[in-house]
Amino acid sequence: MQKRVFDGSVDYIQVMDENGNIDAALAPSDINDQKIIELYKLMSFARALDAKALSLQRQGRAVTYAPLVGQEAEQVGSAYAMGKDDYFVPNFRQHAVFMVRGFPLDIGLLYWRGFEEGVLPKGFKSLAVCVPVATQMPHAAGLAYAMKFKKTGAAVVAYVGDGGTSEGDFYEAINFAGVTKVPLVAIIENNQWAISVPRNQQSAAPTLAQKAIAAGIQGVQVDGNDVIGVYKVVKDALEKARTTNTPTVIEVLTYRMSLHTTADDPTKYRPDKEVELWKPRDPIARVRKYLVKKGLWDEKKEQEMADAQLKQIDDAVEKAEKFTPDPRTIFEHVYSFIPQTLQDEYDAAVAANFWQPKQQEQE
Amino acid sequence: MLTNMVGAINNALDLIMKENKNAVLLGEDVGKDGGVFRVTDGLLDKYGPERVLDTPLAESMIIGTALGMSAGGMLPIPEIQFAGFMLLSFSQIANHVARYRARTRSAVELPMIIRTPVSGGVRTLEHHSDSPEALYSHIGGLIVVEPSTPYDAKGLLIKASHMKDPVVFLEPTKLYRLFKQEVPDNAYEVEIGKANVIQKGDDMTIVTWGTMVPVVKNAVQKKGANAEVIDLRTINPLDEQTILDSAKKTGRVIIVHEAPLSFGPGAEIAARIAEKAIFELDAPVMRVASASFPYPFPGYEQYYIPNEQKVMEAIEKIMSE
Repeated sequence: MQKRVFDGSVDYIQVMDENGNIDAALAPSDINDQKIIELYKLMSFARALDAKALSLQRQGRAVTYAPLVGQEAEQVGSAYAMGKDDYFVPNFRQHAVFMVRGFPLDIGLLYWRGFEEGVLPKGFKSLAVCVPVATQMPHAAGLAYAMKFKKTGAAVVAYVGDGGTSEGDFYEAINFAGVTKVPLVAIIENNQWAISVPRNQQSAAPTLAQKAIAAGIQGVQVDGNDVIGVYKVVKDALEKARTTNTPTVIEVLTYRMSLHTTADDPTKYRPDKEVELWKPRDPIARVRKYLVKKGLWDEKKEQEMADAQLKQIDDAVEKAEKFTPDPRTIFEHVYSFIPQTLQDEYDAAVAANFWQPKQQEQE
Repeated sequence: MLTNMVGAINNALDLIMKENKNAVLLGEDVGKDGGVFRVTDGLLDKYGPERVLDTPLAESMIIGTALGMSAGGMLPIPEIQFAGFMLLSFSQIANHVARYRARTRSAVELPMIIRTPVSGGVRTLEHHSDSPEALYSHIGGLIVVEPSTPYDAKGLLIKASHMKDPVVFLEPTKLYRLFKQEVPDNAYEVEIGKANVIQKGDDMTIVTWGTMVPVVKNAVQKKGANAEVIDLRTINPLDEQTILDSAKKTGRVIIVHEAPLSFGPGAEIAARIAEKAIFELDAPVMRVASASFPYPFPGYEQYYIPNEQKVMEAIEKIMSE
């Protein structure tokens, strides 16, 4: 006997195309022009902040930085879709998500200056930036379990890259979410490159969204440069997660227009013509086309917005650069108490005054 | 109640689950099967599948989801079926569980108890007999506990459930059912970070823990040695003071552990004694430990693990120095 025991499929969704035309049948009912202007401003802010952070790194005023340029739509759109009680779980490139969710800019900049103080203000509804690829995914699944267990009514949005879907932790996490039925929305930011390895070398699967099928949950693909499309898909998935404890995997198709991090040179492995191909698909340009067409946006408004945003960013940078670290504090957050053996190391460090640069070293 | 270590831990878990409504057990076969050693027996019936989770078979996920649960305000108590399999979750433990408080400047605290059976001597398959206490202690940020009696197992586990820190709770398989002991029915705490001087003595100090505690006790008794025996109970943070006080009093120290000799926990203890008490010693510090290679198959384990004979020889040798 032979019979088909499973059929699976993945839908692709785009609401606003590259020319700023909206597919009315798919447009979410709660999106109006005022909200589109807001989304436009948030994406523009994200791009300006990203450029600033990159320039700070180039001037030696920040440590290694992971630029997000090109990915504004998927980050802003997904963050905009979250409810106030929802959590998100980042990897290391979700600066725009943090920004939209109200993370204080100056504190965020401290992370990129190399200080733990920039990771997470108490009570902020996210987990910490996570550098080892995909290891944040089980955290997100467990956090979603807690949301359900404690009957909070909230859901969890997790971010992982295309390369991250090759990691065991990615599958282990969505598999757990499928089995335990928790309110998890896992977003695969498919920006086509994991440092120097292209998407087609990560997996022979035609979509990354279909990896959800192996975990028994639904996977969907969306134009990641379409802020309205991303908003719609994430909002629907969150609604389903909150009301029916159904997890979803969302693959957002986007492109890393710039570097993996500032320690990287993509010209070594990536053809310029591929980057050129993605330029017309820019997430911000298509919304501007829409707004201009409708007479809702012009050069003057653009300039006013850019000036105001730059001022806000510069103020945050100024504040962040005033921060003075106290090396004593690194001993204080290892445990909930300071064990005697660690106290001895602390005391020895204080006695030797090891954090005061010696005079000769300064010269 | 009169109980072995399995019963004491089961009872402690029961009391923790009763006291803390956000406490959950998760792991492979911890539900219906009650764990492969029956440590969680009966708890699924009592607390239901939301609080006693038979998870999919994935150790990294077990610890990673436990982290998320803890960050979400729960008290996860994951069980890793064997110490060897725990290495599949080492990335989660070392990169995340151990560092989360420091990384977030205590904005996120991770109360959690990671339980796993450790050490050998019970003729099981490969990867079921490792003694990884040095691995987990070396990372920092984790509390590492290893009881040697039913009484300590229950008290340390209950204490761990009241802490705001992740605790790696190592349970010596060999001692699970080796003997029974009278243990109070109610909840009580055994201090974490405090070693137990289980026998006073003047001629030498023997520092040990886990499976080696009964081995040392028997060797001391057979030799009629006037030895002070310290059961560490907590590997990290180390109760340095109790060790140094005893070393200074007796002038001779033997460290006995089942983990391999080289780069083992004995090296850390010996180094601290050398730094802080060397001029009060009458003999070099001695270490008795398993050989410096991975745990052999069960047919050879008796030649690998330190036995009473080896400890008795060390006692003789250190007294002749």
